[in-house]
Amino acid sequence: MKGTYLGEFEEVVLLAVAIRAGDAYGAAVVNEIEQQMGRSVNLGAVHSALNRLQEKGLVSSEMGGMTAERGGRRKRLYSVTAYGRRALEEIRQLRNQMWDAIPGTAWGQLNMQ
Amino acid sequence: MNPRPIEPPRWATHLLHLFLPDHRAEELEGDLNELFQQRIHEVGVAQARWRYVRDVASLLRPSLIKREQYDYHRPTNTTMLRNYFKVAFRNLTKYKGYSAINIAGLATGMAVALLIGLWVWNEFAYNKGYANYDRIALVMQNQTFDDGVKTWTGQAMQLGPELKSSYGSHFKYVATAEYPGNHLLMLGTKKITSIGNFMEPDITEMLALKMLKGTRSGLTDPSSILLSETTAKSLFGDTDPLNKTITLDKKWAVKVTGVYADLPANSTFQELTFIAPFALKKKDLPEWLGWGNSWFQTFVQIADNTTMETVSVAIKDAKLNKVKNSDDARFKPVVFLLPMSRWHLYSEFKEGINVGGQIQYVRLFSLIGFFVLLLACINFMNLSTARSEKRAREVGVRKAIGSVRQQIMLQFFSESLLIVCISFVLALLFVVLCLPAFNAVANRHIAMPWSNPLFWIVAIGFSLFTSFIAGSYPAIYLSSFQPVKVLKGTFRVGRFAALPRKVLVVIQFTVSITLIIGTLIVFQQIEFAKNRPVGYSRANLVSIPIRSDALITRFATFRDELLNTGVIEEVAATDSPVTNTGVTNSGFDWRGKIPNSADEFVTLRVTHEFGKMVNWQIKEGRDFSKEFTTDSTGFVLNEAAVAYMGLKKPIGEIVKWGDQSFKVIGVVKNLITQSPYDPVRQTIFVINYKRLNLITFKINPTKSASEALAKVETIYKRYDPDNSFDYKFVDQEYAKKFGEEERIGKLASFFAILAIFISCLGLFGLASFVMEQRTKEIGIRKVMGASVSNLWQLLSKDFVLLVIISLFIAIPATWYYMQNWVQQYTYHTEISWWIFALSGFGALLITLLTVSFQSVKAALMNPIKSLRSE
Repeated sequence: MKGTYLGEFEEVVLLAVAIRAGDAYGAAVVNEIEQQMGRSVNLGAVHSALNRLQEKGLVSSEMGGMTAERGGRRKRLYSVTAYGRRALEEIRQLRNQMWDAIPGTAWGQLNMQ
Repeated sequence: MNPRPIEPPRWATHLLHLFLPDHRAEELEGDLNELFQQRIHEVGVAQARWRYVRDVASLLRPSLIKREQYDYHRPTNTTMLRNYFKVAFRNLTKYKGYSAINIAGLATGMAVALLIGLWVWNEFAYNKGYANYDRIALVMQNQTFDDGVKTWTGQAMQLGPELKSSYGSHFKYVATAEYPGNHLLMLGTKKITSIGNFMEPDITEMLALKMLKGTRSGLTDPSSILLSETTAKSLFGDTDPLNKTITLDKKWAVKVTGVYADLPANSTFQELTFIAPFALKKKDLPEWLGWGNSWFQTFVQIADNTTMETVSVAIKDAKLNKVKNSDDARFKPVVFLLPMSRWHLYSEFKEGINVGGQIQYVRLFSLIGFFVLLLACINFMNLSTARSEKRAREVGVRKAIGSVRQQIMLQFFSESLLIVCISFVLALLFVVLCLPAFNAVANRHIAMPWSNPLFWIVAIGFSLFTSFIAGSYPAIYLSSFQPVKVLKGTFRVGRFAALPRKVLVVIQFTVSITLIIGTLIVFQQIEFAKNRPVGYSRANLVSIPIRSDALITRFATFRDELLNTGVIEEVAATDSPVTNTGVTNSGFDWRGKIPNSADEFVTLRVTHEFGKMVNWQIKEGRDFSKEFTTDSTGFVLNEAAVAYMGLKKPIGEIVKWGDQSFKVIGVVKNLITQSPYDPVRQTIFVINYKRLNLITFKINPTKSASEALAKVETIYKRYDPDNSFDYKFVDQEYAKKFGEEERIGKLASFFAILAIFISCLGLFGLASFVMEQRTKEIGIRKVMGASVSNLWQLLSKDFVLLVIISLFIAIPATWYYMQNWVQQYTYHTEISWWIFALSGFGALLITLLTVSFQSVKAALMNPIKSLRSE
């Protein structure tokens, strides 16, 4: 279905939200992704992905409290919904299933060359 | 202690707030700030700033800019305005056909008006580049001859000094000058031919030459020359030209005493690439030049404390006082000033009175531009009011909710403003694309004045004005609806609601038909003048100017050499071009002449074979012949001259010219050597082998012209190695006589086609609207048995009637106006009835085609479909 399709980057963002459970806001997600993947990402890309994820119902959000480090600005905290969790699990399962289906000879043949 | 926190780039933050909705901006700024502070430690301030900016840029994406809801209250005014634009935009996209018609029509109209506006602006800017624009004048003279007052730009060389000595207090500067012409400039072996003039030193102050090198007073040295920047560059390259000696026309060694910035384009002197002292030329002029030889131009700059009119009146007898006791007094010369501001637009005189000139065309095209724009506005008004019924409910609802009339008017004005803005952008695009072609036809170098603030003020003012005019009718009309009636559904547009629309259609077609008939008559007049018997043959004739004395002294051998090539049939020389005889003489005497009458003849000095070459038609007597040595004192007259002199038997008559007696040996049929619109003037042909200015030869028609020209050039180079071989085809020169009229005709027809196009566009939109309205009626008629052709007649009738009314208005108006126009040409066509019939028929046909497209569509429609909906 159209709504359940997850792009590669969306998947990464969704995973990052899950990792930072309870404290997942824009900047934190950026940090998480940069740490995990070792590449820099744009805040805009992250926010638009979060936006899309929310529209698809994979994450939910609420405004969190103010903190001094953000100059008194509030942050929007994201959390993975049950539907989001299922989507992640499905992806993982699909991957595993496909990994399992790879015959042992595949690597062997490659090594021979 | 904490140091002062490092701030991220503030402008980027501003950008964020400008574009993103507030509820998002807060959280995003928080994120940005946090990341920024963190990155300062990780990668340093500069890198952190750079990332901050990049993040902001990445946040400005549509999905984030999109506003979800309005959290804050906005002033009602802007909301309403935005609503107006939104409704306008929805209307535009909902009725794509109407919108396209509206915008296309308006854009075309505006483009035409813009184009014409630019041209008119350019015409009025002519010569304005000179600092002393309003103080400079050319001295002109009116002389009364037997056949009317003639106005000349030429003056005797004695006039300038006379003005200085006797009328000195009126003038700041006076400068006598030659007429500009091609001259040869040589520096060592380097030669260039360029246009220049011999002028008295005062001209440099008068034109306020901007000296790049040397001074204006450089011209006072009688063997000096001032070069324009371009000439100096092409002659000297990058070396300093000052005080170098160059040779002018292989006659004079002159020293470069100054270099002036090129004279302003779009001006009388724009082509003046060098100025040499008049004194230089003066030495070579014949001694006998007197007040009777108006061979020169006299430019003046009037004194600071006086006016053109005062000076003009003061100097009127300047010449007459000097010629009182000579023959020239007969012509009653009146000297007057033609101010520089009038040189370009008001240069034509008839019977000594200024009758305008180019200004006629400026007026004509301004009028056309205005009308074309008017047509486009009418389209807009008609389509908007026609659709008003569809929008009556909207107006009703708005009024019921509480809109007052002014607000609804504002709404319709903002709608028209939107359409005008779109059209204006399209019109600009159109003008930019058309300008090169327009320049080619109009023979101008007009550029888009993008950087001129005045242009923008005018353009924006003009757009506002157009949207006001175009929007006023729907605004006033629609806002007058009564909400109760509209909403109850009893609202019916009255019987007369369509009347103004009809009147506007009639105006549109009247204008279009007038333009088309006018254009056709212009072309008929040109065609008429072209078909006039010319009296000589121009085919295969080529003329070259004589710039070297060798061509005059050794003319006979030159001619023999050309004939020996076998590609040239005949060679002859004249003092002025046969297509443009400019030399006139007076002081002839013959039997039967009214004593002391002021006679004037066109004279053409020719060599023996001239007549044979141009193939003139001898009516009486014989052509010049080398067999009769007495022919050197013989005259050949044209028919006009015989009539002018009143000779019964012209052959053998003796005519005295000054002290010399000439015998008339032949009479030829009239040759058109001047304007093809005027009667042929009395002309005398006379043999002369000295005062010759150009050589004309006839190429053997069986040989190729390019081959012949190459052969002639090699021979020519032996006689005149320095000058370039500039040849002109006589038939092309003759065709140039129609250039101005043809240019006007072409432009006018272009605009006429646009006018009819715009009108038809409007009609098309209107027709489609009416058909839509009458869908049900048509359906019922069809059910009752009406045939397609019945319906077609019924639907087309109304529109055809409007066009017929327009015809009845346009035809007499055009006939009257164009009758006056053709009258200004002495030799003019009779306006024939078929032009009116043809244009009337054409207009009806176009209307029928336009309307039929819609009416046939409506008539063919299946009544089931149109009646089912209720």
